[in-house]
Amino acid sequence: MSDANNKQAVKDYAVRLGDDALVIGHRLSEWCRNGPFLEEDLALTNVALDFIGRARMFYSYAAELSDEPCTEDTFAYTRDSREFTNLLLHELPQGDFAFSMARQYLVDEYSLAFMEQLTSSADSELAAIAAKAVKESRYHLRRSRDWVLRLGDGTQESHSRMQKALDDLWGYTPELFEMDELEQKLADSGIAVDVAALQDGWNTAVRSTFAEATLEVPESSWSVSGGRKGMHTESHGHMLSDLQFVQRAYPGLQW
Amino acid sequence: MSEHMSLYEIFIRSKRGLDHKHVGSLHAEDPQQALEYARDIYTRRSEGVSIWVVNSSDIVASQESDCESFYDPQDDKPYRHATHYQLPEEVNNM
Repeated sequence: MSDANNKQAVKDYAVRLGDDALVIGHRLSEWCRNGPFLEEDLALTNVALDFIGRARMFYSYAAELSDEPCTEDTFAYTRDSREFTNLLLHELPQGDFAFSMARQYLVDEYSLAFMEQLTSSADSELAAIAAKAVKESRYHLRRSRDWVLRLGDGTQESHSRMQKALDDLWGYTPELFEMDELEQKLADSGIAVDVAALQDGWNTAVRSTFAEATLEVPESSWSVSGGRKGMHTESHGHMLSDLQFVQRAYPGLQW
Repeated sequence: MSEHMSLYEIFIRSKRGLDHKHVGSLHAEDPQQALEYARDIYTRRSEGVSIWVVNSSDIVASQESDCESFYDPQDDKPYRHATHYQLPEEVNNM
């Protein structure tokens, strides 16, 4: 792989990881002032900010690697849905509280394992971002796992909502472990995480949580993917119209 | 939801060697959750190295009406204060 090629590939990879973080961060931020009670509202917003901070680090790095002049904002605010390469699981609308917590748990369990691997990336910048993210993800996971247990093993109502959330989310999880050409190439040179190798560990972890929470492992009867190629769910564009509104209405605006 | 939850008092130690200080209270389902919320609410700006959470109902507090019997009798016992005593010149900087 030539240096220029490699640089472009690392940039695209950093944008992917930035997209993942920004999109889940935005979905979590939608709970701000809508949380079930004040304490949880603040905690959720904290987690949202962690992810948005993570997005900024990945985007800034991508901007550094970019040949054209751009900043982190260029990636967050001036691209259309088809240019976003986040995983579909991250973009699904917030749903009810059980849905958001179930999704968060699946994301956190994945994110922690992913970031742990990325700390040993051959790319020192990615490794440094991951080192910071690991600490945050450890805490996120503690929280979201707690909610899966609490709601799964709670009342009949909370149990059925949590089970339904997992059933609705399950088909979006195989995408987390798909490798494409870009990731394979970068993984071969020790830069990217081999996500396919994370699947077994993730499966074991979530199954043990489901068992503890008296939840059934959903049937794997369907699955969708395409986020990495820019093929998104309908909700993605709606989310961007909210996220990007100010920069779209007043391009280049600063404050 | 809050009305079904317990109130917890939060104590934070800001540095090693210092004592835990009361910083406020919050609602949570159980002590573990209270600990997590305390982290998110009271230590976002590196305020602490250790958190204690205590169920508010476990605190036994003196009442306003206790003041007379608890504290007033001390007012006429100035000899309980070190400042009451005339120190010899040699130890005047105490």
